[in-house]
Amino acid sequence: MWSRVLRRGQRLRLTDTEGHAQVAALFYNADAPSERYNMPDTLKAQQIAYLTQGFVLYSDMGKILCSILDDSVGWHDTITGHSTPETVRARYGEGSYRKLRNARFRNTRDNFLTELGKHELTVRDIVPNVNFFVKIVADDTGKLAWVEQPRRGGFVELRAELNTLIVLSNTPHPLDPNPNYAPSPVNLTIRAGAPAPKDDPCRLSRPENGRGFILTEIYFV
Amino acid sequence: MLRESALKESDAVLNEVLEPGLGWTHIVKQGQSFRIVDLEGNQAVDTLFYRASDPTDRYSAVDTIREQGNLYLSVGTRLISMSGATLLTITADTCGRHDTLGGACAAESNQVRYSIDKKFMHNCRDTFLLTLARHAPSLGKRDLTANINFFMNVPVTPDGRLWFEDGISAPGRYVELRSETDVRVLISNCPQLNNPCNAYNPTPVRLLVWDSHE
Repeated sequence: MWSRVLRRGQRLRLTDTEGHAQVAALFYNADAPSERYNMPDTLKAQQIAYLTQGFVLYSDMGKILCSILDDSVGWHDTITGHSTPETVRARYGEGSYRKLRNARFRNTRDNFLTELGKHELTVRDIVPNVNFFVKIVADDTGKLAWVEQPRRGGFVELRAELNTLIVLSNTPHPLDPNPNYAPSPVNLTIRAGAPAPKDDPCRLSRPENGRGFILTEIYFV
Repeated sequence: MLRESALKESDAVLNEVLEPGLGWTHIVKQGQSFRIVDLEGNQAVDTLFYRASDPTDRYSAVDTIREQGNLYLSVGTRLISMSGATLLTITADTCGRHDTLGGACAAESNQVRYSIDKKFMHNCRDTFLLTLARHAPSLGKRDLTANINFFMNVPVTPDGRLWFEDGISAPGRYVELRSETDVRVLISNCPQLNNPCNAYNPTPVRLLVWDSHE
C-alpha cells in the first residue's frame, strides 16, 4: 500500500514487472478531499466501461484528477471493486501476522483504510476504485468474465491534473483466478512534468474531455 | 427476469407519489417490502441505500456487481453493502433490468457531458444534497456514492463501450425489494433533460411500503 500527493503536471508510471500486479487505486483532490474519483461520471462522459490511454479520471465535481498518457496493457477495470478481510479469508483462508509475519495476507479494504487514515480520511471516503492491470469484461447479458492480458513489464502512465492524492493497494483482486494468495510487485516511477498542452491527446480525445480540462483550468485561475 | 408481486396496493402502509425533480428519504424496516412504480414509463429513479444503524455501511454498486457476476440488477439481485452484507433483495421486477454504472447527474457532470452553460439545470446530485440536508443532516456529499438507476438502460458491450439508451420500461412497470435490515432509502426522481434516460420527459413515480407478512 502506498499514498502520496502527485502535484499538478507530475507523472506516475506503474510498471507490472512480473506480470501479475493488480493495483487498486483511489484518487482525491488533495486541496479539498471531499472531491474524489467518480466511476460513473468517468464512464458516462467517455462512453466506456474500462480505462486506457487517452481517457481521463473524472472527479465528482466535473474536474480531471488524472489523465492516462500512456498504456501498454490496454484495459484497466473500474467496475468490480476490491478485496476485503472477508473476501480474502473466504478465498485463501487465514493468513495471520502471527503465522506469516510480513508475508501475511493483506486486503485492499484494510490497506485503503490505513493509507486514508494518514490523510485523515475514513471508510466514508472509499468509493468505487480503479483496478490497474485487471481486465474483466461483460457479455451481452451483463455476465462478467476475467480476462488475462499479457503484461509482464507492461505499464500505465498517469499525469496529475489537480494536486491529486493517490492511494494504491497491490493485493490480489477478488476475482483473480489464481487459487493461491500470490501478490506480484509493481514499480512506481514519478517524473516532473507540465500540465496538459493545448494539443494534448487526452484533451482532444473527445469534446467532453475538452470541457473537463476547461473546468479543471478554471479552478486554478 | 420478470416476476410479479402478490402484494396488493390496498394493503400498503405507505403510498406516495414523488414528482420528477424532487427527492425523498425514508427508513424501510427489516422485513418490509418497498416498491417503486414507473407510472408513465422510462423514468430514471436514482436511488441510494444506507444501513440505518450505521450509514457508512452503504450500498456498494461494485460489490453488488462483482458478487452476482453481472452488471445488471433484476429479480434475485442482492444489494450488497460496503461490509459485504445484503441490505435488500430484489423480489419482483416487471421491467427486466436496472442500471448501477450510470451514476447520478450533477451540475458539474452536465457541464462536462453537454455544455459549460448547463450548470443551472436541475440534477440528481443537487436533489440528493438538499434531501440529506433537510432530512438526514448527519449525511452529506461524502456519503454520495455510485447509485442505482431503477428503470434506466445503460448497455455495455464486450469491447467495453457504454452508453445511455432509450428505456426498456413502460407505464406501470415496477421493481420491489425486501429489506434485510433497517435501511435508509434516498431517492432523486431524475430531472435530466439532456439524454434519453427519462425519454426527455421526467415523470412521477409511486412509492409503496408493505409490512412483513412473515
